[in-house]
Amino acid sequence: MTQSIKHHLTTPLLMGYAAGTLPEAFSLVVATHVSLCDECRAALAAFDAVGGETMLAAAPVAMADSALAATLDKIAMGDTVTDVPHRTGPYPAPMAAYMTHPPKWRKIGGGVKQIVLHTGARATVRLLKIPAGSAVPDHGHKGTELTLVLQGAFADQTDRFGVGDLEIANEDMRHTPIAESGPDCICLAATDAPLAFHGLLPRIAGRIMGI
Amino acid sequence: MADPQFNKRLAWISQLQAVRETADRAAFAELFAYFAPRIKSFLMKSGTTPEMAEECAQEVMVTVWHKAHMFDASKASVSTWVFTIARNKRIDMIRKQRRPEPEDLPWGPQDAPSQVDTLALQQDTENLGRALADLPPKQRQLIERAYFGDLTHAEIASETGLPLGTIKSRIRLALDRLRHAMN
Repeated sequence: MTQSIKHHLTTPLLMGYAAGTLPEAFSLVVATHVSLCDECRAALAAFDAVGGETMLAAAPVAMADSALAATLDKIAMGDTVTDVPHRTGPYPAPMAAYMTHPPKWRKIGGGVKQIVLHTGARATVRLLKIPAGSAVPDHGHKGTELTLVLQGAFADQTDRFGVGDLEIANEDMRHTPIAESGPDCICLAATDAPLAFHGLLPRIAGRIMGI
Repeated sequence: MADPQFNKRLAWISQLQAVRETADRAAFAELFAYFAPRIKSFLMKSGTTPEMAEECAQEVMVTVWHKAHMFDASKASVSTWVFTIARNKRIDMIRKQRRPEPEDLPWGPQDAPSQVDTLALQQDTENLGRALADLPPKQRQLIERAYFGDLTHAEIASETGLPLGTIKSRIRLALDRLRHAMN
């Protein structure tokens, strides 16, 4: 699968994720793409290394005199065990904490269904299921929209996006993604500003959909 | 190999190994003396109060002890690994958000870290650190601001000026080997 991915993470997203400064909604999309893409996994390791060297270059600030003893005391209290999440169907492991079983899809019109996975102060991330041949209404963007394909494929004015491909749409982009024939297209989509729909009906739909 | 910085990296690997294999407190104290003040500094530069940075740096070192068995010197330098723990603690303790992490890869026992890979990756990381120090000040500051949390992703430049290709290719090769071993 990893060889067929054509649309990858960009430096700002990789560095933002490595720095730990992305909104949680975007981090989920990045972690999910990296789960599918060795190219970006390797790139992320390089950006983590930049973080390590940046940390080393910072002038050290003395710890409290008792810090080592206090740390050893905490160590003696033992480790907390956390479950390792795993992949379910088309949903890679990082999504496990955000999903219910079975997934609760909600109809949002035009045959399209969604599940809002997380809404934070800065961004929202949702799953979209678009039936083969259907379109998401023509829309533009006020901020950044990340769309990662998990099943099926879609095409818009720019290109075709299959499993693992990530489309990054910014303010200057207006598009109408259409799902290919075959299995329903399932996408993980994050936005840091509401989408701007064109035309009255899509605008109303946008308000109802909450995107 | 006479390079003291490079030898320091190899010493961290041995110290972490001693923590993992014999719960060696003296080795841990050496790691603590070097890393804790730098983690604290990193957190304070990210806008954390000194008290919170102290607390968080201690928590990072607690995790370093408990997770020492997960460190793989052919995949990362100790500095990179400690940084990722510090970053995750900052998200967890200070920003109080969840941190979605990529799916773990099944690095199996058949893939025991090779000495050649380990040395090469340590050297790559050392070279990266030097390239960072050699960047024009303005460019270096932009990278620091990105990691200290002063820049949004929209403000991060797509050109870093850093030679990331070498380290990226080396890890990419290791991933390809793993995929072959899995098939």
